[in-house]
Amino acid sequence: MTMLPRSTPGSRKLGLVIDLDTCVGCHACAVNCKEWNTGGEKGVLPDYDKYGGQPDGVWFNRIHSYETTESGCSRTVNFPRSCLHCENPLCVTVCPTGASYKRADDGIVLVDTDLCIGCKLCSWACPYGAREFDEDEGVMRKCTLCVDRIYDESLPEAEREPACVATCPARARHFGDLGDPESEVSKLVAERGGRELLGELGYRPTNRYLPPRRATIAAAPLEAPAQTGRGIGAALLGLLDRALSR
Amino acid sequence: MPARSVARTTCYMCACRCGIKVHLEDGKLRYIEGNRDHPVNRGVLCAKGSAGIMTAISPARLTSPLKRVGPRGSGEFVAISWDEAMSIATERLAAIRRDDPNRLAFYTGRDQSQSLTGHFARMFGTINFAAHGGFCSVNMAAAGLYSLGGAFWEFGEPDWEYARLFLLFGVAEDHDSNPIKLGLGRLKERGAKVISINPVRTGYSAIADEFIAIRPGTDGLLVLSLIHCLLAAGKIDAEFLVRYTNAHHLVVESPGAADHGLVVRDDAGRPLAHDRRSASIVDAAATGIDPALLGEYALPDGRRARPAFALLAERYLDPRYSPEAVAERCGIEAATIRRVAAEIAEVAFNQPVILAQGWTDTAGRRHESMLGRPVAMHAMRGISAHSNGFHSCRAIHVLQMLIGAVDTPGSWRYKSPYPKPVPGGPPPAGPRGPGMPLDGAPLGFPRGPEDLLVDETGEALRLDGAYSWEAPLAIHGLMHLAIARAYEAGPEKVDTLFLFMANMAWNSAMNPGETTRMLSECDASGNYRIPFVIVADAFASETVAYADLVLPDTTYLERHDCISLLDRPIGSAHGPADAIRVPVLPLDRDVRPFQEVLIDLGGRLGLPDFADANGKPLYSSYADYIVRHQRKPGIGPLAGFRGEDGSAIGKGAPNPEQLQRYVENGTFWSHHLPPEQLYYKHANRDYLSGSKAMGFIDQDAQIVLQLYCEPLQRLRLAAEGHGPRQPPARLRARIASYCDPLPIWYVPLEESMTERDRYPLHAITQRPMAMYHSWGSQNAWLRQILPENRLYLHHDRAAEIGVEDDDWVRVYSRNGSLKCQVRTMSGVNRDTVWTWNAIGKRAGAWALALDAPEFHRGFLLNHVISEYLPAKDDPIRFSNSDPVTGQAAWFDLTVRIERCEPDEPAETAPQPGANPLRVRPKTEKTP
Repeated sequence: MTMLPRSTPGSRKLGLVIDLDTCVGCHACAVNCKEWNTGGEKGVLPDYDKYGGQPDGVWFNRIHSYETTESGCSRTVNFPRSCLHCENPLCVTVCPTGASYKRADDGIVLVDTDLCIGCKLCSWACPYGAREFDEDEGVMRKCTLCVDRIYDESLPEAEREPACVATCPARARHFGDLGDPESEVSKLVAERGGRELLGELGYRPTNRYLPPRRATIAAAPLEAPAQTGRGIGAALLGLLDRALSR
Repeated sequence: MPARSVARTTCYMCACRCGIKVHLEDGKLRYIEGNRDHPVNRGVLCAKGSAGIMTAISPARLTSPLKRVGPRGSGEFVAISWDEAMSIATERLAAIRRDDPNRLAFYTGRDQSQSLTGHFARMFGTINFAAHGGFCSVNMAAAGLYSLGGAFWEFGEPDWEYARLFLLFGVAEDHDSNPIKLGLGRLKERGAKVISINPVRTGYSAIADEFIAIRPGTDGLLVLSLIHCLLAAGKIDAEFLVRYTNAHHLVVESPGAADHGLVVRDDAGRPLAHDRRSASIVDAAATGIDPALLGEYALPDGRRARPAFALLAERYLDPRYSPEAVAERCGIEAATIRRVAAEIAEVAFNQPVILAQGWTDTAGRRHESMLGRPVAMHAMRGISAHSNGFHSCRAIHVLQMLIGAVDTPGSWRYKSPYPKPVPGGPPPAGPRGPGMPLDGAPLGFPRGPEDLLVDETGEALRLDGAYSWEAPLAIHGLMHLAIARAYEAGPEKVDTLFLFMANMAWNSAMNPGETTRMLSECDASGNYRIPFVIVADAFASETVAYADLVLPDTTYLERHDCISLLDRPIGSAHGPADAIRVPVLPLDRDVRPFQEVLIDLGGRLGLPDFADANGKPLYSSYADYIVRHQRKPGIGPLAGFRGEDGSAIGKGAPNPEQLQRYVENGTFWSHHLPPEQLYYKHANRDYLSGSKAMGFIDQDAQIVLQLYCEPLQRLRLAAEGHGPRQPPARLRARIASYCDPLPIWYVPLEESMTERDRYPLHAITQRPMAMYHSWGSQNAWLRQILPENRLYLHHDRAAEIGVEDDDWVRVYSRNGSLKCQVRTMSGVNRDTVWTWNAIGKRAGAWALALDAPEFHRGFLLNHVISEYLPAKDDPIRFSNSDPVTGQAAWFDLTVRIERCEPDEPAETAPQPGANPLRVRPKTEKTP
């Protein structure tokens, strides 16, 4: 069993806000994440059978595209899935060695691979399927919220954000402190009705998803044509009767 | 600590040309990210761009020049030196040039260096040159350039900042990638409404506020119906029409006469209009007139004439374009069409965008503000890939013009250096004979019959039929016909087929089985019917196995490139821009950048502009060419940092430091237009004079938008028996019907010739966003996302056929059959099936193991498409193309689906057999 840090009111809760209204399902976040994190400070993200019959590998972020039906009308949803950095992460508390841990100062959930014994209890405990097992090293891997980018003071400040956020072409991903109600991400969640994923399970995820929207245009029906047969209708004639100026 | 460095260059994992920052550790690739300062992508990068590392280290990279030793297609080669490779190519091409330069057929893929490849073809003297545009987007380019002097995608973009309604037609997650995603994100953030008109709801369509599941090939009909509604309700911008289009130009009304349908002009060739104020015929470009848009008028010489708009209104007000009349054909309810028309009218006329920004028009009039119609449109492959795509795209442009939504705030806008005069440039150059360069570029813009490339019998001079009566406005050529026509023409007509970066034996071929047969066929004495094939590519694609000589290219991270204003630059509505690529990785194998090879070849052949009068090569490298080549005095491949001190833009003397200046600037150059030049560019005096000063256009006169496309009427008159140059009898009716100066809609040609009850379903492809543009997409990360594809169909249709997810089916078309697995969904037109493009690979290619899913479950729809229409009694078979532009009609396909028997092997078919490259090392003797 691994203990969680004591939660203090007002502490930072770094996380992602993902906008399902604009996510086009392009996989940019997933691939850029893979690219940043393979060779990042947590080691290589393995690929198996790279050019063979069952290409597979470890990804911290995967995109699922599926159809839903709401009020009789179906729609396609692109859903990026990664660690939600929960406040009540059972993946941490089930860890027998302390390899899985949640940081007190920013809430990021990490795996210390030196301590990991590869028992996979954490991946069973995670209802979001956010952890992936590294078959090469025999250890569990997961999203680090690019902890090696967001605190890297050698980067310009604007670039100190997770790779998935920086690269997202539809700007559907946002990063910030969800513990601060005045942060841009918290305001976005409040404004757009951001949701917890599977909140009923009680893991209290930090990340939020913004639901799809539907913009509409209220337009009066066009005037019915004055005549149904051939020829120019009254509406057009009226318009073109007016003097024009070239 | 490893040695770290960051280099900036331009991505080439697709056609977007995003700026990237390449991080190196100890000289090895570590990370690629978007360049935040770059005007194209502003820091973002797609999945493909992010997977560039795996392409750069792909085991499929070619490693040395190859000479074929086994039969064509066997994959058996011997590695040779560059000296030997260049000698073989030079000797072959020199002999061709001495005899008949047209016997070189030079076709390139999406190479982004057409200003160089086209110039090579011109100086070599072959008219048989084209690039991939003929099977990609020529319908969009031709319709746009002949209507607006700009076009969707490369020469225009929606106004993401001000649009309130955005109509997206047939964009299959393609063209262009990151800018559209950035734009859609911005529209959504602003609460603008996005309507996607597409048979398939994936990607961009998934986030649209409204998805209209149109039947493939009917977009043009839908748009003409929207036009019908808007005309009937009088919801058009008449002021915009008379100021900026040829709506008021008088058109001769004299059926049967040689001038019927031509624009009435004065002696100086200026179009005329009827001025209601003075009740007289006047210069249509005069200011202060009140031009008539309706009516019929007598000309001083007694002829009758009508304003172009009157012809248009009469045509589209016809009840056959009413929503009720087109609803069933389009698969869209009439009420939906009426509502969309009402929304267009509401946004255009009740919610205009008015910017408090003054500007001056070409007549010298000052305007205190910029009035915008914030309805933006974008269209791409779903329009383009049909044989009615030219007219469908023209219909969209006519709709834009009618509501005044061309280059206004909130509408579609030109990307500078566009607009250009309509049509967009000189006509195509014809052949000149042995040893001679062409007089002009091989690809150009015909204005009428006189500019076509046809012989005295009216048949095509070009191998692919471009600029003939088969495809008069084929401004990008017909690459999909190159192999088939080279095969038919025989060795006397074509000696060498030279292909660059085009997978013409596989996913870029209509009917790969037939294509590879043509490439492999020998005569009785064992000589190949297509005598010699040179392939230049970076990877072991399916086509490489069919080459006699392979010229291995580098990856995009190992060479210089030039995204030139002479070709398709990265300019935006905010101003012109261009870019370069620079080598960021050292070469670790015996390959050379193709452009470098071409310049070397031009030098060895002694071509003008590549060698001096004594035959000495002019350029030492591509970088040297980029800096020093001048197409016209002061105009070279790059527009930025010109002049001796690097301060000139557009025009200026070559600057030896130019590439260094680009590198310092992040490998791009962009010029920000002042605010008064940002809109109305077609009639904006300051913009046009600036554009002329930078050398983009020769004259700064107003560019009049062409509601009525007169060059088409000139072609049609020839078909009706007028003029010295007329089509052969077999093509007369075809030219007369398809060369209509106003947009028409017709059932796509293949569909119209195929039995509907046997092949009731439309079959199309979409482009997976993570693998958009098929070249180089075969890499270790991307193949984890999509290693195999399914055929998608509507749940209801699946139930009718009796298939469920992952069942194997056979897909029949009039051209053959294939086997694949299905997946059912609801977001698809009920009469349509679709799959992802270019996922299936041929066993043995791309250095994949023989159990790769791409070979066994991945499939290409191409196997059931033909480059020809069904044969009738035609002496020359018609190609499966748009009859105006020659655009490959990939999406005209119709099919039937049957469930496979349970005992059939769970494997895709056809399976042409594995042919992995087997290369003998250089040291072995060539037999």
